[in-house]
Amino acid sequence: MDEAAVIAEPAEALPPAGAPRRIAYRHRLPTRIWHWVNALVVFVMLMSGLMIFNAHPRLYWGAYGANFDHSWLHFTGRPMPGWATIPSTYNLAAARRWHLAFAWPLVVGLVLFLLTSFINRHAQRDLAPRANEVRPRHVWHDIVQHARLRFPRGEAALNYNILQKLSYVAVIFVLLPLMILTGLTMSPAVDAAWPWLLDLFQGRQSARSIHFLCAMALLAFIIVHLVMVVLAGPINEVRSMITGRFRIPPERAPR
Amino acid sequence: MISRRRFLVAGGSGLLLGGCDRLNNSPGFRGLLRSAEKLNMASQRLISPRDALAREYSDADLSPIFRSNGTAMPGTPDYARHLAEHFANWRLTVDGLVARPLSIPLATLRGLPARTQVTRHDCVEGWSAIGKWTGVPLSRILDHAGLSTRAKYIVFHSADFIGGKPYYESIDLIDAFHPQTILAWGMNGRLLPVANGAPLRLRVERQLGYKHAKYIQRIEAVASLADVAGGKGGYWEDNADYEWYAGI
Repeated sequence: MDEAAVIAEPAEALPPAGAPRRIAYRHRLPTRIWHWVNALVVFVMLMSGLMIFNAHPRLYWGAYGANFDHSWLHFTGRPMPGWATIPSTYNLAAARRWHLAFAWPLVVGLVLFLLTSFINRHAQRDLAPRANEVRPRHVWHDIVQHARLRFPRGEAALNYNILQKLSYVAVIFVLLPLMILTGLTMSPAVDAAWPWLLDLFQGRQSARSIHFLCAMALLAFIIVHLVMVVLAGPINEVRSMITGRFRIPPERAPR
Repeated sequence: MISRRRFLVAGGSGLLLGGCDRLNNSPGFRGLLRSAEKLNMASQRLISPRDALAREYSDADLSPIFRSNGTAMPGTPDYARHLAEHFANWRLTVDGLVARPLSIPLATLRGLPARTQVTRHDCVEGWSAIGKWTGVPLSRILDHAGLSTRAKYIVFHSADFIGGKPYYESIDLIDAFHPQTILAWGMNGRLLPVANGAPLRLRVERQLGYKHAKYIQRIEAVASLADVAGGKGGYWEDNADYEWYAGI
């Protein structure tokens, strides 16, 4: 176990006899702040983004794409229902105001989190997968354990398991940067300043498609994330993300 | 049980949505959201060299069919007469804060040295189309008219009406003097079609489509946008709260 990642609280570190129960400090302040800022910001970005999608619910590959061109995804009418959009009735201008304002805390939050996490070594220590963890056998074992809803207990519960690491790394280092960069590629002014974005994503409409796909992947992550929190013990998990303190689930009785 | 869960889900999402809609209608919160427009403009201007060019494409990249949007045919008797005359008597008025107010016949404009550019048109709705535009650099017209030092914005008055209100748009001097900002009279190697703004439209390539006013009859240099129409600098800005700065 990584000692530095988990600072045991001395007063509670002594398990009462017969009932091993320990509280550990699991999430540091920058992680907790960023988590809850994102809980709000990503929710607003997804819902206002779905309203913007309603304005032209077709997706294309390449530099251009409009009604007469071939689209790979095509809805008619306004496909996104009111309960999933901000605002709840069709209003592209208002959705853009929300989206382009909340984009700022998303970008600034990600940059600050990345800086903090590399400086305090959260990224290298807790998020980076270890060589032995990415062996197919280890990954498969974790998948099977998850499928059986057998989550790590005891000291093992304090470290992210490999599926957690891979999904957090995917979100933090791939999905969120892609969301931001493809979002910027849709801006004609940014394209003039940074034309390499158009080359990177092979055109504005490709960037728009990737933006949408990444948003759906982010939504899938959030759904799985919430399900796992509920399955792993919602009170303990949510408390650990608010106060940082996590009750270590006791080891299973040997069988 | 199911009905209770449904009730909770519906109630919960209703509360959240009701909250967002209420925030959306609150003047204070709208003001906060609106302040992002200034931040977006300032940061985009910060990363953009003044004359950073929008990408220019090749003829092979042209959209097979260039979608038109907004007004496809200004329905006024005045415009119908001009169309019947093949715009032979169309003139561009340049006035406001200029030393020499101008009234330029369309034929004269078409005779001036032109710039041709194949660029991407990005609609605020999300779609894009690539077209080839030929026209007079706006800077040339403004230099000829002699802008007053008090002029801060250029307003473009169109011949079309949407919902009974005249269409207009405005840009600041950075975009007005950008080398790709042209008054286009040609598209894809032909004269500009009516649906795309005949006989004269604006191309301001670093902003979204609604800034590219069509059917332009008059250009006005002003110190402030507050006294023009609804005061927000454009038809969509006045009537639907779209951003005046449409760089994103």
